[in-house]
Amino acid sequence: MAIERGDIELAGVCKSFDGLTNVVDGVNLKIADGAYCCFIGPSGCGKTTILRMIAGHEDPTAGEIVIGGQNVVGLAPVQRRTAMMFQSYALFPHLTVRENIAFALRVRGMSKIDRLRAADAMIEKVRLTSFADRLPAQLSGGQQQRVALARAAITEPRVLLLDEPLSALDEQLRVQMRQELRRMQQELGITFIHVTHTQLEAIALADLVVVMEQGRIKQAGPARDAYAHPHDRYVAEFMGGQNVLSGRVEKVNGASFVLAQAAPDGIEVPLQARAKISVGDTVDIAVRRDDVTLVRPGQTLPAGCSTSLPSRVLAIEYQGYFVKVMLDTVPDDEFVAYVPEKTFFADPLNVGDVVLATWATDRARPLA
Amino acid sequence: MSAVLANMQGAVAPATTKAIAPSRGERPWTFYVLASLFALYVLALYGPMICIYILSFQDIRGGLVFPMKGHSLHWFVDLFTQVRTGDVKGSFDRSIRLAVIVTIITVVISFLAGLGFRRRFAGDAVVFYMMIGSLVAPGLVLGLGTGLLFQAFGLNASWYTSALGAQLSWTLPFGVLVMFAVMSRYDRAWDEAAYDLGASRWQTIWLVIVPVLAPGIVAVALFGFTLSYDEFARSLQTAGSLNTLPLEIWSMTLNVTSPSLYALGTVTTIISFIVIGASLGTIVLIQKKRGRGAKD
Repeated sequence: MAIERGDIELAGVCKSFDGLTNVVDGVNLKIADGAYCCFIGPSGCGKTTILRMIAGHEDPTAGEIVIGGQNVVGLAPVQRRTAMMFQSYALFPHLTVRENIAFALRVRGMSKIDRLRAADAMIEKVRLTSFADRLPAQLSGGQQQRVALARAAITEPRVLLLDEPLSALDEQLRVQMRQELRRMQQELGITFIHVTHTQLEAIALADLVVVMEQGRIKQAGPARDAYAHPHDRYVAEFMGGQNVLSGRVEKVNGASFVLAQAAPDGIEVPLQARAKISVGDTVDIAVRRDDVTLVRPGQTLPAGCSTSLPSRVLAIEYQGYFVKVMLDTVPDDEFVAYVPEKTFFADPLNVGDVVLATWATDRARPLA
Repeated sequence: MSAVLANMQGAVAPATTKAIAPSRGERPWTFYVLASLFALYVLALYGPMICIYILSFQDIRGGLVFPMKGHSLHWFVDLFTQVRTGDVKGSFDRSIRLAVIVTIITVVISFLAGLGFRRRFAGDAVVFYMMIGSLVAPGLVLGLGTGLLFQAFGLNASWYTSALGAQLSWTLPFGVLVMFAVMSRYDRAWDEAAYDLGASRWQTIWLVIVPVLAPGIVAVALFGFTLSYDEFARSLQTAGSLNTLPLEIWSMTLNVTSPSLYALGTVTTIISFIVIGASLGTIVLIQKKRGRGAKD
């Protein structure tokens, strides 16, 4: 039975290399056909192992991997109709670009004329026509990556697996190749699974972002969910852009609760869907760094702001379109405000200045 | 004020010239010491051989020592026509055949060992040291032992059995060591990529591993051939009744007193150079074939 669709389902997938600890620990996930999915997490979180299990380079210790409705555990990559792009690209050093791309057709026994014609068509697609007769060592990093992509795509896989594909490139090229990957994915209309440890890369590319920690999925959802609505402290800190504060619940009243903090009146947080908060609980809350407004003492707070935390400016970093202001608002945790460039330079702050950090009450979110 | 400045400039100038001096092509005295040391080394390395080659081109009056008497190819003709000089042609034939067999076995086993040792396995260190352990044994003793072992089993020693075995105990460890060095630059991701693209194990070996490692495999073959071709100590007690070339040369040094001995030395050296040249040529050809796309 040939696999025709590229939808993937992982059911209770575990992987242990030593029989003691699970590198991948009971992962359940559904990826739609034709989706661009990014696995993100720190090194050693099991994301590459999941990729290699989907690719057929590792067998899961337990669980099922279903591609296009068929359990593929134990099948070779060709039978799964997956193709992998390796982190080092793994281009064959003794073969030219054309021969590298035609390799998969060669081992299938396709005639030389046919396979070189097919390879040339693919070379054109990745815009490498003038490099077709070069060896991998004579190409730049970005060109090598395009060869690796073409070589993987020539078998018309339903799923393309990319292991940190951009990590070997410099910053400018990375942004450029990022667009190219997205373009290829749309052109081919197949499922891409992309492993990365860079959150910018993940949210720029993915339809589905999967945040992992120690072999488990912490959050899986659209890029905007993972970034703007992290489930818990781990996801919030890993995806970045959030200030995480923790404290004891002082009051719960109807639609909001109040967190004890070094503020005169505590921090007021809307309850949202999380109803199981009661007085005395210790709760983490998140406030986006770009939602924080800094007000000089004595000035009136903007409308809708009920919380203001007196803080001292620890450091200031100019970032171009915004200014990153680091504050000592909460002990132990980092607290940062992203102030728009124009706002900042209308009344520039200096290190050591005392300000009030405030935000619209409805912008604070309780975390799990 | 300006006087002070002028003074300063004067003080600075000599220092500048001194600092620039070494780049004018003057070499430090250590260069000459090391260069003469190197010249002596080269002389010691090639002088003896060159003496032999020169003396082999004497005419019929030639003797075993300098000065050189005339010049001709007489002793080369003598080498292949005179029976009294020994069985040069037969022993040369045997040596070449033996070297070819040894080369093939060495290449195949070293290559397979290289493949096997890419990943760690239980007892890999023990296996490794057992493989290269025979390098430590003195060749004569090892040859003697091989001869004794064949005698104990009631087998006849001959160049293609006992001598082959004794020579392999010498060429295999070398072959394996060279192969390991070659293999260390092989990226396992190439295997995975081949598997991912649908290649079978055999296709991976023939289309990826062998071509990638080809220059290294030629180097192993060269090692095997040259080590076997002039192997003496291990063959001495194991070659049986028919001599290999080095054994023949050795016996000739005992009873032949003409420059045909030197002619033999020259001929064998030429053969070695041809083999080495062919091997290096093959490597260059492989590299060139790979680089042919570079021209555009």
